[in-house]
Amino acid sequence: MYKYDEYDQAIVDARVEEFRDQVRRRLAGEISEDQFKPLRLMNGLYLQLHAYMLRVAIPYGTLNATQMRMLAHVARKYDKGYGHFTTRQNIQYNWIKLDEAPDILAELATVEMHAIQTSGNCIRNISSDQFAGAAADEVEDPRPWAELLRQWSTFHPEFTYLPRKFKIAVIGAEEDRAAVKLHDIGLQLHRNDAGEVGFRVFVGGGMGRTPMVAPVIRDFLPKADFLSYMEACLRVYNRYGRRDNIYKARIKILVHEIGAAEYARQVEEEWAHVKTLGLDAPAAEFERIAAFFAPPAFETGLSDTIDRSDPDFAVWLDQNVSAHKAPGYAVVTISLKPTGGIPGDATADQIDLMADLAERYSLDELRITHAQNVVLPHVRKADLYAVWQALDASGLAAPNLDLIGDIIACPGLDYCALANARSIPLAQKISQRFAATQHDLGELKLKISGCINACGHHHAGHIGILGVDRKGVENYQLLLGGSAAEDASLGRITGPGFDEDGVVDAIERAVDTYRSLRTEGERFLDTYRRVGMAPFKEAIYG
Amino acid sequence: MKLLTGNDLATGDVIWWAGDGWSRHIAEAVDVGPHAETLAAVEEAARRVNGPYAIDATQGPEGPRPAHIKDRIRAAGPTVRADLAIRPADANRGEWVI
Repeated sequence: MYKYDEYDQAIVDARVEEFRDQVRRRLAGEISEDQFKPLRLMNGLYLQLHAYMLRVAIPYGTLNATQMRMLAHVARKYDKGYGHFTTRQNIQYNWIKLDEAPDILAELATVEMHAIQTSGNCIRNISSDQFAGAAADEVEDPRPWAELLRQWSTFHPEFTYLPRKFKIAVIGAEEDRAAVKLHDIGLQLHRNDAGEVGFRVFVGGGMGRTPMVAPVIRDFLPKADFLSYMEACLRVYNRYGRRDNIYKARIKILVHEIGAAEYARQVEEEWAHVKTLGLDAPAAEFERIAAFFAPPAFETGLSDTIDRSDPDFAVWLDQNVSAHKAPGYAVVTISLKPTGGIPGDATADQIDLMADLAERYSLDELRITHAQNVVLPHVRKADLYAVWQALDASGLAAPNLDLIGDIIACPGLDYCALANARSIPLAQKISQRFAATQHDLGELKLKISGCINACGHHHAGHIGILGVDRKGVENYQLLLGGSAAEDASLGRITGPGFDEDGVVDAIERAVDTYRSLRTEGERFLDTYRRVGMAPFKEAIYG
Repeated sequence: MKLLTGNDLATGDVIWWAGDGWSRHIAEAVDVGPHAETLAAVEEAARRVNGPYAIDATQGPEGPRPAHIKDRIRAAGPTVRADLAIRPADANRGEWVI
């Protein structure tokens, strides 16, 4: 894992003290809320329905046990004993007091954490593949590049006031576990015909009010040109992105309006100039960063045999454990989606337990996933049973990864000031309704957003749900056919919306339709793509 | 009736204008009639509230009930965490919100 150097620590410490003074001035009446709001947002502090909410960055979703324990400590000392892991691999605390926020940031800084780039029209926290450095299908570890982006983008003077927020994801495998095509910029390390590794660059994806799947604007970017090309992409957006209309300000609108080819041409033109400025990281600096992500010292000669005699363990093993690149190791995904639970929420005790398990069994590493789960990336197969037993004893062994119960849901109207409808109660009802049948249904990604901003990724769900406000009453639109993976697609609305119970029933009818139409090995999404909307619509609306 | 609500500047708590100050309990909220704007300006300037705004509500047997579900959730707490409700022991809370 990356370790701060003196510059990293100095800027984070300085930011804490700067914010402490800004809070003091706000509480003393020296600055107004209009003046203070952009300052607190730059430090991840929002005002939500019930209290201030602090969003803490977890760069590319990677952290160690000490950092994880700090997250538990913050939950216990400053919040109400829990945190909410988000769809951008961050964590949010829902019950923060303004005058304690600087102390929280100061404590986070002691373990190299902060809340910078978790709000505002800047380049947000970089996200990545939660299996990075462990995945069996990886071409190259994307995290050094994500870290380079973090350093390049932090307080970048030119890109601190972009037309709108800007989200970048980086992966290094063919399987897309980070939804790169639904980001402002998605980067995929891949090998070209000459056997060289470089980046495929997607620009202009996103969800929200106007969902779009990003086109490729460059199929192969040499690694040596990485930062200068990123700079050119951002410069074109910063210059031509619309600032007159917040709903048209994201880069996806610019790319869509001028066309991917024209945007790519402008980037190339800008890049020809930017390349001469010496912005690309010196090889020595990149190697310094990359050294922090060198593969850990995996033990050799380990057995791949796993005792499957405990049937409950075997179910979890088949569902939540993935292939690792090192023999004798496996990747464990801890589902934060117990039946009837709140997606993404974890108590301070659970966070501590996951930290303990990481320290003891996963070479001191954890990852947060955009699907609001937690990963232990390097677990010896011989330790899997012990890990499962510890998780099971703490309500963390739900064997439902990528099943219908593994629901992505935003906080919705229970917490969020922007929401139009609640997401969590719906997730709870759906997970309860399908608890007994979810394994038979196979991979079925269900995603719920409580408003059009789509924090719950409803456009990208095999089944998506969008909560809307219909004259003060919650109403839910149903979408089918979305995907955030390498086969990215946007869901289509089935028809008129439903009330809370109605949408659960409608999902059951859609699922029953899938069961009756599926062929051997077909996922829900495959069947939908083969037969189209009509039979599902017929079943849902009769 | 019109209620005035906002968040406590320092704690972020949801608060309601109760006639002679702010309360965390909507049952103590009073009708501010046409005075919401003036009150909001005075209280915000005094840093006793953050982001005050007026809402429509109806008077019921248990006190005021906001017209919009968002403000009912603000008044009661998250519907999915009864333990974190403003009045955790209130068994009728869910019905009141929905």
